[in-house]
Amino acid sequence: MTLYDQLPALVVVVLLFTAPITYMLRLHGFPWFSATAAVVTSFLVACSLAATTITGETIIYEMGGWPAPYGIVLHIDALSALMAMLITGASSAALIFGFKSLADEVGEETAPAFFAAWLLCTAGLVGMVITGDAFNIFVFMEISSLSTYVLISAGPDRRALISTYRYIVMGTVGATFYLIGVGFLYMVTGTLNTADLAARVGQVEDIRLVLVAAGFVSVGLAIKAAIFPLHSWMPNAYTFAPNAVTVFIAAASTKVSLYVLMRVDYAIFQNSITNHDVQLTFFLVPLGVLALFAGSMLAIYEKNLKRLLAYSSVAQIGYIALGISMTSVAGLTGAIVHMFNHGLIKGGMFMAVACLALRYRTVNVANLAGAGKTMPWTMAAFVVGGLGLVGVPLTPGFISKWYLVLAALDEGWLGAMLVAVILISSLLAVIYVWKVIEVAYFAEPRANAVPVNGEAPLAMLIPTWIVVLTGIWIALDTSVTVGLASLAAKNLLGVAL
Amino acid sequence: MMTIVFSLFLLTMLVIVAVAILRTDNLFTAVMLSGIFSLIMAANFFILDAADVALTEAVIGAGISTVLFLSALALTAEHDRSPPVGTWVPLLTSSALGGVIIFATFQAPRLGDPNAIVHQHVAPWYLEKTPELIDVPNVVTAVLASFRGYDTLGEVFVVFIACIGVMSLLGRVRPRRESIEEDEFDKRTDNLRHHLIPRVVGKMLVPFIVLFGLYVQFHGDFGPGGGFQAGALIAAGVILYSLVEGGPRGRELVPEWFSSMLVALGAFTYASVGVASMAMGGRFLDYSVLSHDPIHGQHMGILIIEAGVGMTVAGVMITIFHAFSRRGIR
Amino acid sequence: MELLGLYNYFVFAVLLMIGLYCILARTNIIKSLIGLTIFQSAVFLLYISMDKIDGGTAPIIQEGVENQVFANPLPQVLILTAIVVGISTTALALAVTVRIKEAYGTIEEDKIQEMDREL
Repeated sequence: MTLYDQLPALVVVVLLFTAPITYMLRLHGFPWFSATAAVVTSFLVACSLAATTITGETIIYEMGGWPAPYGIVLHIDALSALMAMLITGASSAALIFGFKSLADEVGEETAPAFFAAWLLCTAGLVGMVITGDAFNIFVFMEISSLSTYVLISAGPDRRALISTYRYIVMGTVGATFYLIGVGFLYMVTGTLNTADLAARVGQVEDIRLVLVAAGFVSVGLAIKAAIFPLHSWMPNAYTFAPNAVTVFIAAASTKVSLYVLMRVDYAIFQNSITNHDVQLTFFLVPLGVLALFAGSMLAIYEKNLKRLLAYSSVAQIGYIALGISMTSVAGLTGAIVHMFNHGLIKGGMFMAVACLALRYRTVNVANLAGAGKTMPWTMAAFVVGGLGLVGVPLTPGFISKWYLVLAALDEGWLGAMLVAVILISSLLAVIYVWKVIEVAYFAEPRANAVPVNGEAPLAMLIPTWIVVLTGIWIALDTSVTVGLASLAAKNLLGVAL
Repeated sequence: MMTIVFSLFLLTMLVIVAVAILRTDNLFTAVMLSGIFSLIMAANFFILDAADVALTEAVIGAGISTVLFLSALALTAEHDRSPPVGTWVPLLTSSALGGVIIFATFQAPRLGDPNAIVHQHVAPWYLEKTPELIDVPNVVTAVLASFRGYDTLGEVFVVFIACIGVMSLLGRVRPRRESIEEDEFDKRTDNLRHHLIPRVVGKMLVPFIVLFGLYVQFHGDFGPGGGFQAGALIAAGVILYSLVEGGPRGRELVPEWFSSMLVALGAFTYASVGVASMAMGGRFLDYSVLSHDPIHGQHMGILIIEAGVGMTVAGVMITIFHAFSRRGIR
Repeated sequence: MELLGLYNYFVFAVLLMIGLYCILARTNIIKSLIGLTIFQSAVFLLYISMDKIDGGTAPIIQEGVENQVFANPLPQVLILTAIVVGISTTALALAVTVRIKEAYGTIEEDKIQEMDREL
């Protein structure tokens, strides 16, 4: 057993192992340092896993040495590796970026607990994407959910508390629905391993239970993925969390639930439910379209910049839902690529917002007048991110929309309608991005405005620009992301897990 | 025959208690009823041949959960002042949900059917191979600690996060340095010292509860039991002492730093066993490589991780209880 | 008799309904949390109902006893995990509730919404 063979387990073990240490040792400055070191190590391991799986190889690692389906196995293919890179990358970026902003919002006393929770959130999300066992997904889902609740509740405003409470209730109901679905699946197949489930579900005679299981799993995961109309926990949770936390969870957490939805739908249910693709289209397309319109409209009318971006995320998740519903390689590639690209775009934009919040002490759009002049680099990063949301060429958003439009054009008249929807929603995105640009560049600061000490600190500006430039690089050289994504799409559609 | 009647009765009681919880306005009543609900649920589990789960539900659901709710209740409100409901959306959603499930379960295998698929595939393998591969009589412990040990690791970390969360929300307070008169101290904190019977009987019970907890911990391989139940039992003993003697004396018995350290140490122990397995050339959490003989390695691995689980669960329950009780002192 | 064999699942459905209704229709936070615990307990009942086998007993292998029929150990393991996860969620939610009471002075959701709207 070389170190190379142990990598699949290490990507999550490093995080789990460091968390109690971070909590126990109460030295000044140590929690941030150990958390960042562990997450960056995990990111490097995830990149190496991606390098292995881009060749099409699937890694299987038996936990405890027991073979599937008797033990729990880790199942890592191109999609898992891509998601793991996204999660650990977003986590590292948010941590490195957040050194100053977190010191501002989270006190010294609660720092060990906070960073231990951060490590466990990352561990939970990574654990969800690399495992090959349906119940294990639930356990790690709860690890990531509980730690997210802890992270969000550390926000300074008292509305963080009530947002956390609402998120707890909705999140637990969602996770419990998922558990009910898995229970029904277990009842008809007798196993929990995802590959084994995929093989056995096709042989089940009583289709009713499988349908109900599919329903419960889908609704449960839709709640966690903030698919419209079950998204109501999300805007407030993102708004009132500490700024660096928002960077991390906006980039990663809902995407993981979408990943599980894709896996379960395509790997398990595709074989057993006839007309599966029609049903998926029937369920997801209207929700995706509604999400696009509702999310964008709500963003246009929103005064709080963080909540504006949160509603924009609801709309962008609508794009991903549309991509999933088109059961074609191009559609799924578009959805998967957008998961990664949106993570980059929103991560960068929330970083810019955090810089603004640090200097202006507010996130109300009206009070940010003149930011274009006092903080030119920050606003420039925000503008590039905004162009990515719209889908302008040379931004990562363009790549994902390109694939989605390609997939939609294959679908006949429904597809043509979807293309129209995508174009209209891009125009709506222009409106809400322009709203912010107008205030920042073309409005005069109010007379009683708080004086600002100039540009954001370099420690925050540099990570923001690294994320933005990575986005542009990925838009120009799409080989890694699109390569992994189309490989993953082919895996999902062609061969069962 | 009697079992069937009994089980029908218990199931119906569950529904009646649940409706009662829904309809009552007094939160104290609701919490007490939820304790009864958990106890009836535990009895149900016992009738369904799930001994370990019955023990866990009784200790955690009827015991710890009730204590936590009451502590929170003491700090918040006594009555449910919800407006009279004119809400048809919740009614519609719930009925739709129930209707869908009942519709589906007409095709479910009936209770106890030996030909059901769940009894054909993975389960017989566990029952057959456990004596040979792990040699532990309690198959549930074998599956929990070894075959699906990775899940249990995740679970320990969930408990760990709960502790972290409660500590970061309800904070730490520096201990008071001033010395106060004994009577004044008793007047200022909530305790039962002036009630003779609870005080005497409670203090007599505490050592037995802790002893039983330790028994359950180490006997978990041979009978129902294991780390989770044991940790919760030991915590229950300490909580009983704190309730009788008052929070500050309870915190002298088991100081905050000690229970916090237990929490982190337990999780760390579990993760270390897994890392040690990797260091010795096996997979993560593969206990067979921990010792010269695979079965001996399995025993050792299970013993250590159950100890880790017990430490974490006990530490977490005690810490959470103290965090709530400390908040009430003004 | 068929229906009696499915009684467990009916009770599961009814408890799920009651729990969900309690969460959605009650504005008091602690009442909603009790509803959440009922909701989760109903799921435990579903899983454990699957483990029973006719003539079986708890899965503890005893020396020298042959041909024992044992109940299925797997759902029990899953539910042990789920119970502990449930209590962790409850504990965290109760801590948040205590903080809400301190920050807002009430734990009725409609009053909290009013207070937030005034901001």
